[in-house]
Amino acid sequence: MNLDELTLTGLFEELPFWVDIPPFAQMTVIGLVGAAAVVLLIVAPIGLMGTYAERRVSAFMQDRCGPNYVGIPFLPRKIYTNYKWTRLFGLGQSLADGIKLLSKEDFVPPKGEPFLFIAAPVVAFAGAIGLFAALPLSDGLIAADVNVGVFYLLAVGAIEIIGVLMAGWASNNKWSLIGAMREVAQVVSYEIPMAMAALCPVLIAGSLQMTDIVAVQRTGATFWGISIPDSIAGWGAGWMIFQAFPFNIIALVIFYICVLANLKRAPFDLPESESELVSGFLTEYSGMRWGLFVLGEYGAMFALSGISATLFLGGWSGPVYSLLTAIGLPSIVAGVAEFSYKAVGLFIFMMIIRWTLPRLRLDQVMVMCYKYLVPFAMACLLFCAAAALVAR
Amino acid sequence: MQQDFLTILMFMLFGAAFVVLNMVAIGRLLRSKTKYTAQKSATYECGEPTFGGAFIRFDIRFYVICLVFVIFDVEVLFLFPWAVVLKPLGWLAFIEAFVFVAVLAVGLAYVWRKGDVDWIPLHGHQAPGARLSEMDAVAAPSSAVTAPSSNPAPVTAAADG
Repeated sequence: MNLDELTLTGLFEELPFWVDIPPFAQMTVIGLVGAAAVVLLIVAPIGLMGTYAERRVSAFMQDRCGPNYVGIPFLPRKIYTNYKWTRLFGLGQSLADGIKLLSKEDFVPPKGEPFLFIAAPVVAFAGAIGLFAALPLSDGLIAADVNVGVFYLLAVGAIEIIGVLMAGWASNNKWSLIGAMREVAQVVSYEIPMAMAALCPVLIAGSLQMTDIVAVQRTGATFWGISIPDSIAGWGAGWMIFQAFPFNIIALVIFYICVLANLKRAPFDLPESESELVSGFLTEYSGMRWGLFVLGEYGAMFALSGISATLFLGGWSGPVYSLLTAIGLPSIVAGVAEFSYKAVGLFIFMMIIRWTLPRLRLDQVMVMCYKYLVPFAMACLLFCAAAALVAR
Repeated sequence: MQQDFLTILMFMLFGAAFVVLNMVAIGRLLRSKTKYTAQKSATYECGEPTFGGAFIRFDIRFYVICLVFVIFDVEVLFLFPWAVVLKPLGWLAFIEAFVFVAVLAVGLAYVWRKGDVDWIPLHGHQAPGARLSEMDAVAAPSSAVTAPSSNPAPVTAAADG
């Protein structure tokens, strides 16, 4: 097996019986194995590390300690008081929280709608996992390279609000209802500039397929009709933000703001603003049902950071990828390294924004969307179209 | 290509199954049985006695926002195929899209002028604060007569004092 040309489907073709089974069975197997890998190797660690990082980042920014006590489990008190490194800087905190959430009793409000209440986290979590299906994590590491990739990702990114609306209505709680309604109004409004900003790289690439969008940032990149040589494009000069300069940078900023609004991250966290709505649509949720909502949210945070990185920042191609392949690492490993530092960087940036900016009011959220983002996104779209035609 | 969507379906099914598995299998082993009492079943309203349900009609402004969304999103939908075939079609497609986006911008300008994106509608409806001064007029009619109706702040101060 040649490690340099390893891909996800190539991995399965190594199986002896693979060619004998029909294509639909192959796709089902790829889907199930890929989904299991995504949930257990990406979403669960990102959820655990994300909540920990969130608390540490917020503590750092507010000059507190944050969780720094729960480390290696079952140690006698004498050891962890004398040897502070056994606390591992509180890395075990999220795992302990997870066990606590699992052991909490399962409360379904009897005055609400039990079926919708139970189904809501299922819908929200499935939507978040669906985002990973068409996301290229590395060279050839994509589960379903559909030809309508960007369109699919935008559509699936909106599934979560159905779960949120179900949760808000089924709780039969006024806080939940107000929170869910705010969420729907906000996410639905920000879909418009988000789609327009996502179309800017699509115009340059001339394709909705995610692998094509990454490919055009490696080879055949152009700068307003001037061709960027492939030798430097592979080192980051061909990234979408440098093509159609500066309009794709504006599109990236618009897209990222819309991602924040879509994920109800601060400063757009008014659907669950705890100082006025207790916990918004999650008020009646407790235990693991609440935990799975949050896990899905962190998964979606990482996926949408990755989508921003893929559309505008080269995806799995860039300086680290070129450096690692130059020293002889397999392409698939170098791609994962390149992709993860960009996705994690945008993920951490969301946390920094959360603890920097105050929350907007609902009317400010609407004004921000329709009076600023939509006109700017329209202008970006037309200028990027012009850039694509100049480069034709 | 269509079989790729089978992979996607499996992703979503696995996501759904993960939630169900967590709640039904792993969670059931670890958690205690839920005992429903009248206190616990009451809807949480910050410790105050609960009044009424939440299955109610909701503010019309959310409906307006959803209508605006439907109009714009359907129009953005038409831009997706255009973006893919722009390069082969050339400048004629660009001019057509320019006209299309201009029509979209006129729609945005109309909604903007109507005040429907301001959240507090300014045209054809009540001015902001109008309802507040009305309420004060009911609560303290004597001070409402002396205070100017356009500025509710002194009325509130008088009512508090």
